Order: sequence, then C-alpha cells, then structure tokens
Amino acid sequence: MLALSYAVPSILIFITAALLTLVGAFGVLVMKNPVHSALSLIMTLFGVAVAFIAQSADFLAAVQIIVYAGAIVVLFLFVIMFLGVDRNDTVRVDPLVGQRVFAGAGVVITVGGLIALMARAHWVTGAMSVSTGGVALAPGSGNVQQLGTAVFTTYIFAFEATAALLIIAVVGAVLLARRERTSDESES
Amino acid sequence: MNVPAAWYLILAAILFGVGAFGLLTRRSALIMFMCLELMLNAVNLTFVTFARTLSDIGGQATVFFVMVVAAAEVTVGLGIVVAIFRRRTSTSVDELSEMKG
Repeated sequence: MLALSYAVPSILIFITAALLTLVGAFGVLVMKNPVHSALSLIMTLFGVAVAFIAQSADFLAAVQIIVYAGAIVVLFLFVIMFLGVDRNDTVRVDPLVGQRVFAGAGVVITVGGLIALMARAHWVTGAMSVSTGGVALAPGSGNVQQLGTAVFTTYIFAFEATAALLIIAVVGAVLLARRERTSDESES
Repeated sequence: MNVPAAWYLILAAILFGVGAFGLLTRRSALIMFMCLELMLNAVNLTFVTFARTLSDIGGQATVFFVMVVAAAEVTVGLGIVVAIFRRRTSTSVDELSEMKG
C-alpha cells in the first residue's frame, strides 16, 4: 500500500473511492430487486474501505471488508433468499402524498447544511484529545498497535459492553427468528 | 500530500443524504436496513476523516464500536423482519399499520 500510494496520486484514490461509494449508494437507492441492492451495498462498502485505507485506517478497512461485506451483507442476502422476497417490489403507489418530495427536500436541506457547515466552520482547534494525550497517528498499518492500545486501555469499558451487546444480540435474534412450536404453522 | 479532509467529509455528507433519502422513501424493510447501513458508513467515514485530521486514534476506536453496534443492530433487525414475515408474508412497512391511532 505504501508503494502504491507513492505511485498513485491520492486524488485518484479519492476519485475511485467516491465513485465506488456513490454509484453503490445510488444502486441501493434505485434497484427494485433487493438482491441487486445488497450487491450495490457491497460496492459502497468497498468504496468506504478504500477511503479508510487512503486515510491510514488499514485495520478498519480490513474490518469493514470482513464484517460488513463478509458478514452483514451475507446476512442480508441470506434473509432475502430465506424469505423469498427477491422478486421485484410491486408497490408503486406512494401511500403518503408527496413523501418523496418532502424527503428529498429534507435531505437536500440536511446535506446542504452539512456542507455549508464544513465550508464555514473551523473545527480544527489544534487541541489534542484527552484520551490519547495527543499522540500523533502513525501512518500506514502502524496504527493497528495504537488502535489496539486505545481499545484495550481507554475504551476497555466500551469494549466489554460491546461484547455483552453481541451476546445479547445473538440470543435476541435467535429468539426472534425461532419458529414457535406451540402456535399454528398454517401461516408460514 | 493527501486529499483535503473536506472532500471526504462532503463525500460522507452525500452518502448520508442518499441513505437518508432511501430510508424515507423505500417501502421494503430490508432496503431500509441497507440504507441505514449507508448512513452508518457515512458517519464512520466522517469519524475516520476527523481521526486523520486531528491525529487522534479515538475516532478510529469509535468507528470500531460503531461497526460492532451495527452488526448487532442488523442481526436483531433482520430477526424482527423474519418474525414479521412469518405473520404478514410481506416486508413492506406500509402493511404494518394496524397499530396506528
């Protein structure tokens, strides 16, 4: 990656990431078939992973591919095919009048506000965070060690809480998706 | 020299907007979850960009936790979708309207 970043200008990497991300995002938005939407989501996730690598978050890029593209999208595809909803959406009428218009207006206002905030605000105050004591981010894959140190020292309580959360989520998903023995089986 | 951080932030803002629009307009619960993932990824991208800009590993650690929470959320959410599909044979959120007042 280091040799590549010397050879390829970072502007090209950014353009690649932006194209992958936005094309995939619009694919999720406009595809009628849920399977196609899930595949477009993979494209977006790869684009975001490229953006992560370009910003020296190598470990997060790997986790992005493994967890998101590898696990979450496969879970989506599994549920889509398990339920058999990979047919086209037949609902074409808007149940709420003007929903798309209002949603579009709200999104444009939100994104415009965000971009205007970025253009005008001075968020870089120069102050270092208290959590890491202002240790500069090591470039490249060297910050895996930094990330591990931060997760296992500063954020150890959050780390343990996420461990408990994952266990609870797995148990909850099994309970929710379990077929009940006592109820009638005619509906399913 | 790297690309300015504002470009990544604008990309994240647009990605967030696309996800929000999809969440508001699509009818299928599965597609809505995917749009939710788009919004979470946009926020993750913002965190990573600020982690680079401010030279703070805390942003990347936060992204790590956001990913874990997103995985848990998708697991439970898809479990709920499966449970609803058992009863209604549909994943359209418009048909879940019997509780409206």
